[in-house]
Amino acid sequence: MTEQIDEGLRAELQRQGIWVTSMQELYNWGRKNSIWPLQFGLACCAIEMIATAASRYDIARFGGEVFRPSPRQADLMIVAGTVTKKMAPQIVRLYNQMPDPKYVISMGACAISGGPFKQGYNVLKGIDRYIPVDVYIPGCPPRPEALLHAFMELQRKIDNQKLSGAEKADFLKPEQPSEFPVPAFGEHDLNPPANADVYHPPKLERV
Amino acid sequence: METLEQIKNRAELAARGAKIDIVQNGSPSQQHSLLIDNEHAVAVAKFLRDHPALSFDFCSNATGVDWLDRTVKKTTKVKQVVDGVEKEVDQTTEEKVPGYLEAVYHLFSMRLKHGPLIIRMRTADRADGARLPSLTPVWRSAELQEREIFDLYGVRFDGHPDLRRILMWDEFVDHPMRKDYAPPDDYEWEPTPHDEVLERAKQHQAARPQLDGAEKITAPQS
Repeated sequence: MTEQIDEGLRAELQRQGIWVTSMQELYNWGRKNSIWPLQFGLACCAIEMIATAASRYDIARFGGEVFRPSPRQADLMIVAGTVTKKMAPQIVRLYNQMPDPKYVISMGACAISGGPFKQGYNVLKGIDRYIPVDVYIPGCPPRPEALLHAFMELQRKIDNQKLSGAEKADFLKPEQPSEFPVPAFGEHDLNPPANADVYHPPKLERV
Repeated sequence: METLEQIKNRAELAARGAKIDIVQNGSPSQQHSLLIDNEHAVAVAKFLRDHPALSFDFCSNATGVDWLDRTVKKTTKVKQVVDGVEKEVDQTTEEKVPGYLEAVYHLFSMRLKHGPLIIRMRTADRADGARLPSLTPVWRSAELQEREIFDLYGVRFDGHPDLRRILMWDEFVDHPMRKDYAPPDDYEWEPTPHDEVLERAKQHQAARPQLDGAEKITAPQS
């Protein structure tokens, strides 16, 4: 385990041409530098996501340039844009089809909370009602730098995930669900309007 | 382009029995329109499209309007005998106008480069099965927009080739652009409520049991 190696000793060994690492570190290093996003966009945030993938911002510098057209080959879902209620079941279904370990970036005000459409009747008030979100990026739309920042945050998160022990990552725990129920189209709204196992809204407290 | 009166007279001559009214628009745009009776709407539309001097070959836009029931106040002067003297007295009568749904089409001529000509049709009432004739057989471009009117206002178009919901899902039963539509009540705590949201916030907060001295509402510290 890396934690058991003295950092000073490790640096000294490295100077002598001996590189000491752990399985966990090597594994996470590989994972965090080859995050393959799922290729889909929902609204104007998708334009910023495309700009991030293009040469000026170049998400390839972080190993995230391989946008996959199939959820079976993707590690990361970037929910880039407004999620309408009609689209929400498809998003959840795509998420369910992704293999573990999988991550979600909720990009922009709409994907976080419904944004300017929150008071409307046809926009989902945040994708975190149905699937767990790892990184939220505020903005309308967020600039490519913000998406890159979120990407780096996600890399940091992956780097810190444990592979064994009681604090190991959720995707390694068999009891943790990796698929979530797809909401059904109801007569007035999606049914259910939120997944209570996933979504924990802020609660009011009277003082 | 000919004036609305000329077009109206031509169309009424061409489509026998058609009853066309000119709906005045008092706004600065002065965009008056033709109100066509439902029975002869398709015949009038075909005439507007095919007549060489009109040639409205392009329907650029079709939309719906929801008019609720309303009361119109009319003031008339009536002669009345008051204390043996005949006087003119203002008498106010209230007339109830039942609500209806409207479909509005904007027509242009690509060939003659004129337009827009605005035509309207009205349903008999605001019931769920309110019907209008479809103009899709005349202008193909109306197909998706009539589906949108059906979806959001609940107007059924007779003669439409594929009348399904287009924006909302098929299982949805409401018509969200109607003025009496009530969206699902999914109010949540808002950090900075204002205007309509503030009204809703007050309603939801009042519905909860009041504690002693409970006046302030704060979000939990996370």
